[in-house]
Amino acid sequence: MENQSQDNKSSFAEDTAIQTMNLTREFGQQTAVDRININVRQGQIFGLLGPNGAGKSTTIKMLTTLLDPTSGTAIVAGFDIVDEPAQVRRRIGYVPQMLSADGALTGRENLMLSAKLYRMPGSERAARIDEALKFMGLENSAKKLVKTYSGGMIRRLELAQAMLHHPVVLFLDEPTIGLDPVARRIVWDRLLDLRRDYNMTVLITTHDMEEADQLCDELAILHEGRVATIGKPAELKAAIGPTATLDDVFAQCCGVMITEGGNYRDVRQTRSTVSRLG
Amino acid sequence: MTSGKHEARSAGSADSFSLVDFARQSIAIGESELKKLLRDPTELFSRAVQPILWLVIFGQVFSRVRGIPTGNISYLAFMCPGILAQSVLFSAIFYGIAVIWERDLGIVHKLLVSPAYRGALVFGKAISAGFRGLIQALIIYVIAFLMRIEISLSPHTILGVLLAVMLGSAIFSTFSLIIACIVKTRERFMGIGQVLTMPLFFASNAIYPLELMPKWLLIFARINPLTYLVDILRGLMIQGGHSAYGFMFDVVILGSIYAFLVVIASKLYPTLIQ
Ligand SMILES: Nc1ncnc2c1ncn2[C@@H]1O[C@H](COP(=O)(O)OP(=O)(O)O)[C@@H](O)[C@H]1O
Ligand SMILES: [Mg+2]
Repeated sequence: MENQSQDNKSSFAEDTAIQTMNLTREFGQQTAVDRININVRQGQIFGLLGPNGAGKSTTIKMLTTLLDPTSGTAIVAGFDIVDEPAQVRRRIGYVPQMLSADGALTGRENLMLSAKLYRMPGSERAARIDEALKFMGLENSAKKLVKTYSGGMIRRLELAQAMLHHPVVLFLDEPTIGLDPVARRIVWDRLLDLRRDYNMTVLITTHDMEEADQLCDELAILHEGRVATIGKPAELKAAIGPTATLDDVFAQCCGVMITEGGNYRDVRQTRSTVSRLG
Repeated sequence: MTSGKHEARSAGSADSFSLVDFARQSIAIGESELKKLLRDPTELFSRAVQPILWLVIFGQVFSRVRGIPTGNISYLAFMCPGILAQSVLFSAIFYGIAVIWERDLGIVHKLLVSPAYRGALVFGKAISAGFRGLIQALIIYVIAFLMRIEISLSPHTILGVLLAVMLGSAIFSTFSLIIACIVKTRERFMGIGQVLTMPLFFASNAIYPLELMPKWLLIFARINPLTYLVDILRGLMIQGGHSAYGFMFDVVILGSIYAFLVVIASKLYPTLIQ
């Protein structure tokens, strides 16, 4: 894997939507993201999988130009995130980890603000907003204040906001965290539709194995800021054994497991406890 | 951050600057804020309490002292523009709290990922602070009218007062935004906000003339933007009032301070989320 991404570095392929080159971010002594090399093709749904603190949000913040890399860089939608952040911003959509739509505005007002900030011509705004609302199934709630929305509706509104300007790449930081299973499914379906209808490239972060398995064409498993392994979910599982799950993949390559809330559990420790008890 | 390449980043892109886009984006931000404000105006009315206390209680008591040299105008008329400036200061200086709140909600992240000019995001906030200031002005005019303070009601002085109030609001809200970007948490901000407001108020000509101040205090008063805001308001708002420094001088000082603050704030705002 390492070698493959090294080779890709020199030849930037036409259909590459995201390519990172030794992307690194330090916070003081701590290296939150450590020389990451990933390559995402146009139209892919790519997952960054890892427990809390693995460096997922920091990676997304760099790719969306919110945070400067300490070293290394990335090409997103054809532009360098360090040299041409303004060009990158025009071509991406972003849904942060928190439910970030403005609760004191209506759904439509949230979208209108985005439309204006993205320099959408006045003649196009209404049509684009209607399109996005319809796509996310929010036509009937558009005039309600967002603080009356459910978590799932807010997430869909944020997706509407992020897709409004038809970005080339969509970045979603833990898009289904805190959602009930039904709302989660709806978000997955909408993401698949976005890819199908607009050929959007989607990069999501998650610590949810099921989400990674069901939704992503390709995965990079992050562990303590590094890419532990990269590949299609099926390949990653097959490499370990015929009945292996992504949990097994994770445990194998990182020596730890991700627990329900997204924290680590040391596999070896659990095992030794079991053997002692047994 | 370490290599030269990474420092070049803040210089922005090769995109040519469009004033029309800048204005549109600022107005879009200001408009959203105004909608929110009008939807929940309780805060505005609660802000009316303090100026009422100052004018009705402090003002009426101190008018009897007659020890404060206010020239040919009454003490109440003298302090009325000062109280307006104070309420502009107090309602704008806690603006940073709202910004930190928006950061914690991820709203700031979303604004910063958009291709909007960073300066327009900052300027848009100032526009909405300006609206708050206008409502403060309205409240003070009403109180002053009810108390029969000798207010000047000619349209051009009122217009002047409103413009000065917007500029003052923009200055203090942008200053507040800068503090928010530095301290980043609500708790620390509240601490600093409390520490700043009263000194800014007392080290100014809001409720007593500069001539009464000891030398050391005068130095602070002279570098305090509130002093120049009060000076404009005192020249415009009341009958027979006059500006000690002259309107041109005040406007140039306040304008320069604001321009400086906007440049700093545009640089710091993107670091709020880091
Ligand atoms: N602004 C920051 N200052 C200092 N440390 C940070 C900051 N942001 C993230 N970190 C640290 O970097 C590591 C990665 O964080 P993050 O990218 O948020 O992880 P994830 O999103 O995978 O949970 C964590 O150890 C976190 O504490
Ligand atoms: Mg995270």
